[in-house]
Amino acid sequence: MGPQHPATHGVLRIVLELDGETVVKATPMIGYLHTGIEKTAENKTYSQVIPLLDRTDYVANLSNNLGYVLAIEKLLDIEAPPRAQVVRVLLTELTRIASHLVWIGSHAADIGAISMLLYAFREREMLMDIFETVSGQRMMTSYFRIGGLAKDLPSSDEFERRVKEFIKIFPGKIQDYENLLTKNKLWLQRTVGIGAITVEEAINCGLSGPMIRGCGMNWDIRKSNPYSGYEKFDFDIPTGKNGDAYDRYLVRVEEMRQSLRIVEQALNGIPKGDYITRVPGVTYPPKEIVKKEMEALIYHFKIAEEGFTAPPGEVYYSIESPKGELGYFIVSDGTSKPYRVRIRPPCFVNLSSFNRLVAGRLIADVVAIIGSIDIVLGEIDR
Amino acid sequence: MVNPTLEKLKENFADSILEIVEHRGQLSVSIKKEALLLICKFLKDEAELKYNFLSDVCGVDYPERGKRFDIIYNLYSLPFRWRVRLKVGLAEGEAINSVTSIWKAANWLEREVFDMFGVKFDNHPDLRRILMPDDWEGHPLRKTYPLTTEEIAFSHNKDKLTK
Repeated sequence: MGPQHPATHGVLRIVLELDGETVVKATPMIGYLHTGIEKTAENKTYSQVIPLLDRTDYVANLSNNLGYVLAIEKLLDIEAPPRAQVVRVLLTELTRIASHLVWIGSHAADIGAISMLLYAFREREMLMDIFETVSGQRMMTSYFRIGGLAKDLPSSDEFERRVKEFIKIFPGKIQDYENLLTKNKLWLQRTVGIGAITVEEAINCGLSGPMIRGCGMNWDIRKSNPYSGYEKFDFDIPTGKNGDAYDRYLVRVEEMRQSLRIVEQALNGIPKGDYITRVPGVTYPPKEIVKKEMEALIYHFKIAEEGFTAPPGEVYYSIESPKGELGYFIVSDGTSKPYRVRIRPPCFVNLSSFNRLVAGRLIADVVAIIGSIDIVLGEIDR
Repeated sequence: MVNPTLEKLKENFADSILEIVEHRGQLSVSIKKEALLLICKFLKDEAELKYNFLSDVCGVDYPERGKRFDIIYNLYSLPFRWRVRLKVGLAEGEAINSVTSIWKAANWLEREVFDMFGVKFDNHPDLRRILMPDDWEGHPLRKTYPLTTEEIAFSHNKDKLTK
């Protein structure tokens, strides 16, 4: 099956050993999208790595950026100003919704509910417009920078207006999706009891994100080890019971609602102030000063040209990406380029227990299970 | 609640600990290769620690050192929400015990380290390349592996074209 198959969500190849229609063993073959991002990152300055990471999990690029900039900020021992933190949370939660929309659309389309794809992408388009408003780019935004944001929110009210409009219409849209799927007989037949895994096994296999919450494990890094000010927001962690494709579906749908709650709180509480912390030699001096002062211009030039150096040491920093635990392990040797950038990809580990989920099931279930894991091959292969 | 990880490790494995580094509030412990499985089992099962979640296994290459590879295990304790990092140094050609018997999550992660660094894992159920093609030569994340050279895939008429 694959690597060119509409239901494998990219170039995933699966070798299936069959007994009639029943799967005896499934071996995923990955690496078709391997571009050596970890290797490339070792030869870029710290800031130059950010655009590479947009291209790992390309439907949730701001989550990737957030994990990386937080890791580097930890390494440098600096913190983004409150305004940047709240904007980061807001946009990352919108990213989570966008990622879940791609998932619900493609997962449902795989199983046969083609129209879901069109509905989900319609709403995703609104989010793409929001990202374009703040960063000028729809998908590869690279909007988060080490120490804060690339630039301030637009001075016009366009951003606020678009987010407000989204908050207004989206709950109704989630209800529409649920009306179409949650009690739909065909949907239930294709997902209930499919790809089930117990919580002990899920922990042992390293599953994270909706995969482990679907089993009933209440673990979300936003709550357990909060970052970027998540502890200030009020939201719930939905969990399932049976750990099957249907419970994972319910968890992700509810997560979209919870993300929307966070977005609303964040939008109403964006503090005033600077959008990036001003650390001499690490972040650019304010543009107005660069235009007036010679020294500031030199600093700006030097940071752009050479990057900044980070003190030697190692950090591991992980965040809750839409797919699960996204970790960055950074080793610095004191130069302006990272000695090692290790990405802990949630999809990669989630997919590694694929055989356990599909063995003994029918070929048609393979498609449903791939969809329910929510993989992005860009991140698996890096 | 104070994190007892370091105390517990010192108490039980004083001979196997080579170096302890605390950097930016993160605990990193270098251990002897032989003690890896024992320490991992201990960290996973000890009632006051419960590092039951293997977040990540990765490698780092320091070609100028005698033991050029560091294999790094990032562990997480789901009940207590702590993290600890174990490090094992390996020389070129040296193999290390697989932790797949403790965490199934290690399966693909160790395969990736094997693929990218050429480090062998003993007792691994399925040690094959994972991201690179099976017939690939070299291990890309080694520091000695060049970044830019790539063989030209279709070279049968190269001479004619470049004449």
